Amino acid sequence: MTQTPKKQGEFYQRDRRWHPPAYDKDYKTSVARSPKLSLISLENTPSEITGPRFGHGDMTPIDNDLLSNYAQPDQSPIGERIIVHGRVLDENARPVPNTLVEIWQANASGRYRHKKDSYLGAIDPNFGGCGRTMTDENGYYYFRTVKPGAYPWRNWVNDWRPAHIHVSVFGTGFAQRLITQLYFEGDPLVKTCPIVATIPDPEAIEQLIAKLDMNATIPLDTIAYKFDIVLRGRRSTLFENRLEGN
Amino acid sequence: MPQSLDYLKETPSQTAGPYVHIGLAPGAAGFQIYDQELGQDIAGPNATGERIRVEGLVIDGTGSPVKDVLLEVWQANADGVYPHPEHAGHESVEEGFRGWGRVITNFETGEWAFDTVKPGALMGRNGQMMAPHINLWIVARGINVGLNTRLYFDDEAEANAADPVINVIEWEKRRETLIAKRSERDGETVYRFDIRLQGGDETVFFDI
Repeated sequence: MTQTPKKQGEFYQRDRRWHPPAYDKDYKTSVARSPKLSLISLENTPSEITGPRFGHGDMTPIDNDLLSNYAQPDQSPIGERIIVHGRVLDENARPVPNTLVEIWQANASGRYRHKKDSYLGAIDPNFGGCGRTMTDENGYYYFRTVKPGAYPWRNWVNDWRPAHIHVSVFGTGFAQRLITQLYFEGDPLVKTCPIVATIPDPEAIEQLIAKLDMNATIPLDTIAYKFDIVLRGRRSTLFENRLEGN
Repeated sequence: MPQSLDYLKETPSQTAGPYVHIGLAPGAAGFQIYDQELGQDIAGPNATGERIRVEGLVIDGTGSPVKDVLLEVWQANADGVYPHPEHAGHESVEEGFRGWGRVITNFETGEWAFDTVKPGALMGRNGQMMAPHINLWIVARGINVGLNTRLYFDDEAEANAADPVINVIEWEKRRETLIAKRSERDGETVYRFDIRLQGGDETVFFDI
């Protein structure tokens, strides 16, 4: 007799006190863009349990290599060569395989390739600043890129973003959809940044700081940082709430 | 000391920032890098059902359009089926129907629009039918955690009145914020759906 895999249930409730609140007066842009009324809590339906699926046909293998995916042949972007790697897990510590991970970032001088960015830092002709990949069957992903530079932004007059990489992840259900930012171990600007500080719990901030990983570093070539991403987990109990039917 | 539960904590969210397009829609940021960008065709060429256009603005607390917002769409097909292995009947979903897309604004005006097919009704919890709806996820500079809402259709009044999610909203006046308004333009069906982040007619956002 073959055993059918146990059907997974609803996602664990999102811990809204672990995430930043919508409104934070010190992150000024949030003031007019934060809903004032409470979110309406919904129990999961199929609309939240399901989500888009992606495959290797959606991308090319070079898409996760920011050192080469926009560079001219035989050229390379300027900056510290780094590997960012880790696993996408859920709150049950299970790997999330075959899920889409996308990143974007400024170049080594803190400049974005975006028509709305006019910072003094120079555009690097060999650096686009985005990458994407699918996690493997163990939830593992990796990118190669340059370490982004810090840059100033208009909030208070002298605010500087710490070096960071934006990370977008899907999971299996739309309820897991997440965008966050990766920071680097040892960066003094992390402590001064009003966007980092929207996260109330210092332990939660630690979760966004990638750690230098000498074991994954390639000698004489590229320094590695490890960054694990955790998505919402799902209930799988014997006493399941029914999502459909009676 | 009691035993440890050994769960991990979800990675905390951070704003997508003003340059979200670089990562999720580089063409809109002003450069071509990928062979194909993701999320540009929600329904695909083979989808059955009514072809519709949905358009609107995201409006901030000052009444101004949010020009750098990015929306993601997730919807069932015209038969009310999601292209996902956990949804019964998913094998029948038309080839090329993703049900998912990314929506970029006009940077000058903040207006956005997307083309798709109108989704069908589907079974929700406890045997209650959910009215046709499109799930939206909204990210931008100044939005610290992506906002979830649902778009319903004003020509589905009967189904909307019975929808178990709409009925969770205690304030009947607020339910109106989720109803897109239908019109015809040049032979096309267009639904208008403005999303207000604040104010007396603040859109209902869900904690899903």
